[in-house]
Amino acid sequence: MMNNTKKRNIICTAILAVIVLALIYFANNYLDAYIVRILNLCAIYTIIGLSMNLINGFTGLFSLGQAGFMAIGAYTVAIFTLPLDMRSTIFYMEPMNPAIAGIHLSFVPALLLGGVIAGFAAFLIGAPVLRLRGDYLAIATLGFSEIIRILLTNLQSITNGALGINKIPDNANNMWWSFGVAIVILILTALLINSSYGRAFKAIREDDIAAEAMGINLFKHKVMSFVVGGFFAGVGGGLYASLLGTVDPKQFYFTLTYNFLLIIVLGGMGSISGTVIASFIVTCGLELLRTFDEPLTVAGYEISLFRPGFSMVIFSLLLMIIVLFYSKGLMGRTELTWDRIFNFFGKMKSKKAPKSTEGGSTK
Amino acid sequence: MTLELFLQNLANGIAVGSLYALIAVGYTMVYGILRLINFAHGDIFMMAAYFTFFGVAVFHLPWYFACIFVVVLTAGLGMLIERAAYRPLRDAPKDSVLVSAIGVSFLLENLATYLFSGKPKAFPDFLGLMSTVSLGTVSIQKVALVVPVVLIVCMSILLFVINKTKLGMAMRAVSKDYEIARVMGININLVIAATFGIGSGLAAVGVILWGMKYPQVSPLMGVMPGLKCFIAAVIGGIGNIKGAVLGGFILGLIEVMLVAFFQPLTGYRDAFAFILLILILLVKPTGLIGEKTTEKV
Repeated sequence: MMNNTKKRNIICTAILAVIVLALIYFANNYLDAYIVRILNLCAIYTIIGLSMNLINGFTGLFSLGQAGFMAIGAYTVAIFTLPLDMRSTIFYMEPMNPAIAGIHLSFVPALLLGGVIAGFAAFLIGAPVLRLRGDYLAIATLGFSEIIRILLTNLQSITNGALGINKIPDNANNMWWSFGVAIVILILTALLINSSYGRAFKAIREDDIAAEAMGINLFKHKVMSFVVGGFFAGVGGGLYASLLGTVDPKQFYFTLTYNFLLIIVLGGMGSISGTVIASFIVTCGLELLRTFDEPLTVAGYEISLFRPGFSMVIFSLLLMIIVLFYSKGLMGRTELTWDRIFNFFGKMKSKKAPKSTEGGSTK
Repeated sequence: MTLELFLQNLANGIAVGSLYALIAVGYTMVYGILRLINFAHGDIFMMAAYFTFFGVAVFHLPWYFACIFVVVLTAGLGMLIERAAYRPLRDAPKDSVLVSAIGVSFLLENLATYLFSGKPKAFPDFLGLMSTVSLGTVSIQKVALVVPVVLIVCMSILLFVINKTKLGMAMRAVSKDYEIARVMGININLVIAATFGIGSGLAAVGVILWGMKYPQVSPLMGVMPGLKCFIAAVIGGIGNIKGAVLGGFILGLIEVMLVAFFQPLTGYRDAFAFILLILILLVKPTGLIGEKTTEKV
């Protein structure tokens, strides 16, 4: 019996994998560029949502530094993948620092380097501030993300300052890249959460004093979760830069983090599948909400409710409604597993079954 | 650096510090009672700036009436936010309350952008406080002289309310232990609402003077002052009103002096406060004159 469900789950996972690959192939080749772009954004938001959920949801460290980690990854990819001959035209205010002006990396090494630098930054900031709890940590990490942004604005010869960097070679607009990286990070996160480290993270989330009493090294595990989360967010940021083709410090204002906060709150703090579902809902939702920013004319009358900024009002209202009334989000702390899905359909069947006997059909 | 320049910067630092202090008190009072960082405090401050703009520049109210109108309206807004976004979550996990606070802050910013457009508006100059006055060789803005006086008046009233009135006694009781305060028959909802009202009212007083110094009203104007004043409250010891005033002065003076003495650091002015926050949390997490609390298991 046990073996049967296991076999069934493996087969279902294999079928799902084939379907996902087929969908990616189809979308990449046949859908129009706008939809592909949004789907890529969904995948990138999934990566960063997962990284934030690892820190906030699974380890219980309320961190608001995701925009900072993203910015590090994004700028690393932007700086190192920029073709050498274009650099002098983009850095026209102040020439690029000679130490990095001659270095060019291809996309994958640049992406990994961005992740590593973001992870290292996470270590530097995490080591001192992770012993703070709750809201102090939130402010300290938010401050960190602002410091990163201020550095990016002021280090003119490395980041081109407030002008930003444009004409970044477009790699992530290919769905194999963004979805491939998202799937790899999804699997890595799931493996990490189900390992002994993951159990330690959850123990810290539940009660750090009790966890410490059980012999879990708080500092080591908190920093580890933070560094891995920073690495993932850095990789996600790199893809983001490549997808948009342009980076400037204003994009990484700390309100960007609120997008991912909405994702993990909606999906459920501490649920991987919830994060994936919520990333798609939030990204597509934001795209749909954008139509509210256009003036709407119904039968000759212009409805003055619809003007720029309306979509963000709805967005923030949604965040409030979810936290006030559905604080568990879609999934809570549970996962969408095959067992759950089959149990759900099984229940529906058994509910239907007695109804059919009411009709009088006896066998 | 000449003596005049130093004195000028000192006066400027004291003015900025007093403004930080006025706003930091709102944070510290709410934190003292609810153990919650009111993320929306900076945005309440921003809304107060818009109220002032509309009261004075659009509806042409006389200045004394406009000030009362702004303070009352802002205090009302603070209480409304507490009622709608914080009270339903009073027994919820702390993270939910924090998300709710962030949600309110984000909502106010977006609402202001939507209603008043993102374009900055000019803050009205009333009573001519924006003009400069020269004292000997030092010339400073008139408002810089008014701010410390207003701070002293507000703090005297506040300390009187907290130490001598029944409401103040109830506030102190609630901040010690709100379960026990409830058992003792204190209407904690009323006390918490009053705390939000007073904190928001002080932010409104702060913004009327802030606007004279930095005469620009925009939807994101509250973010940086909000974060910095929170930092000021932490430096002094969060939950402690005198600490918030002290922290405000320290932050304001150091910031102004740093920019005055080291010109190349001007771009990093905003980063400095965060570095100070991280340092203080590492060295003395309870702040300079905060009480030490121990974690109960």
